[in-house]
Amino acid sequence: MREELFMAGIGGQGVNLAGQLIGRAGMNLGLSVSWVPIYSPEVRGGSSTCTIVLTDGRVGSPTSERPTSMVLMDPKSVATFIGRVIEGGLVVINSSLVREAPPCDGCRVLMVPANDIAAEIGNARTVNMALLGAWAAGTDVMSVADVARALREMLPERHHVHMPDNEAALERGAEIARAAR
Amino acid sequence: MSEERRRAFISGNEATAEGGIAGGCRHFFGYPITPQNKIPEYMSEHLPLIGGVYLQAESEVAAINMVYGASAAGARVMTTSSSPGIALMQEGLSYMLGAELPAVLVNMVRGGPGLGNIAVAQSDYWLATRGAGHGDGRCITLTPYSVQELHDFTARAFEIADRYQNITMVLADAILASMMEPCELIPRREMDPPDRPYAVGPHDSAERERNIVNSLWVDFDVMEAVNLRNEERYARAAAEITDWDEFGSDDPQILLCAYGISARICESAVMRAEEAGVRMRLLRPKTVFPFPTQPIREWAERVDAVLVVELSMGQFVEDVRLAVEGRCPVDLLGRAGGNMPSVTDVVNRVREVATKAGVSVG
Repeated sequence: MREELFMAGIGGQGVNLAGQLIGRAGMNLGLSVSWVPIYSPEVRGGSSTCTIVLTDGRVGSPTSERPTSMVLMDPKSVATFIGRVIEGGLVVINSSLVREAPPCDGCRVLMVPANDIAAEIGNARTVNMALLGAWAAGTDVMSVADVARALREMLPERHHVHMPDNEAALERGAEIARAAR
Repeated sequence: MSEERRRAFISGNEATAEGGIAGGCRHFFGYPITPQNKIPEYMSEHLPLIGGVYLQAESEVAAINMVYGASAAGARVMTTSSSPGIALMQEGLSYMLGAELPAVLVNMVRGGPGLGNIAVAQSDYWLATRGAGHGDGRCITLTPYSVQELHDFTARAFEIADRYQNITMVLADAILASMMEPCELIPRREMDPPDRPYAVGPHDSAERERNIVNSLWVDFDVMEAVNLRNEERYARAAAEITDWDEFGSDDPQILLCAYGISARICESAVMRAEEAGVRMRLLRPKTVFPFPTQPIREWAERVDAVLVVELSMGQFVEDVRLAVEGRCPVDLLGRAGGNMPSVTDVVNRVREVATKAGVSVG
């Protein structure tokens, strides 16, 4: 098993935190894991990407030429990166910001209205969780519960009041992925 | 190690800092520079809590001279920086080699020359292995290739520095610094102060003469004796701590040589050997000074060619060529400025090198 997950968005959307979360969840499952950030110098508004490798073997290169799955959070990231996913790979797109699914021969596109889901939950910071829920349910690497457990470990105690919102967003994303399977 | 280790998902910078603390570092002097700022940040938070000293100097020149002073007074001391900052420290390093003092130095290499950029590079290989300023001194240089090794090697660097009374450098890069991986942490423990009979400080004058730490030796023979002692240390280090790892075919046609992040890419290339149609083995040095000359030389007798992969236009390759001594062709795949070869680039170059060496590529 080797999953190479590539995530991209605008700085401030929580791309790196979401990626670290998947890395930590992978570690909890006993997998070999790496997380590598590449981001532009702007603190907010620049493009932000990261790559997570999850494998039951050696990680080797922590970067990926052809990711096996992607989470793309804004229009520019979709236009720039979608062509790199492997044939048959899963691409989770934030359809609140990207209205139309772009052509992607041979890949599985999941349109997840993550900003709308977060707005309905009433917590704007759960956008990335809706996307991760869809990713987890759309691949066979880990469950939504594994992601939630890693989030609880990562969040400082004082933020645990936000766990129900985050779990709700994860679940809403997962439902979309399950319906598409 | 038998002691219980806690597993954490942390960055290379954090693993390096915590490795220093586990290795006994209680004094840290530094000046900020990307991509290693997380190390001083971590030290500024943790060292004061355990009775240590964190001090942000006014420059790298000041920082290395604070390291010089702390080491002379018997402290386990460390500084960390990145390429341009390490360049500024060269004079202080040379003085410490002349005064025969231990310290740990970490270089998270970034793109150069000049102020360069903040991206990944391995272009300070010469600075690390030939550097340490003017004169004949050298830094013992360790080359980790994972977050775990950053942690373990930094901790061990303190023991090595004291054993050889010499600066020990951990040479890594911008990606290893910022990437996160699982890391089993060495437990912190109380450590006795290092045994440094040469250290300066308060003492009973009836018990010993005062110690003088100095790097100015006007007498030719006294100056030569410093050089001879250093040479003896490097010979001892070569026999005792030269370290490397190997991965891949037991009957290789091509030997890949790479260290640090480049070795990670090569590892993935070796995993694609079947598809490449070439039998490959990776030899990655974990120390580059002392250098694993002997195992490279032995493989050079048996393979058709060696391919060196490094993020520089050709520095590490020179040591490989000195080890191979013409026994087989040595080729270089070098990238610079923040760019890295992809795994496919390495596989393709292996096929080219193999073909050129007369191997029938599958």
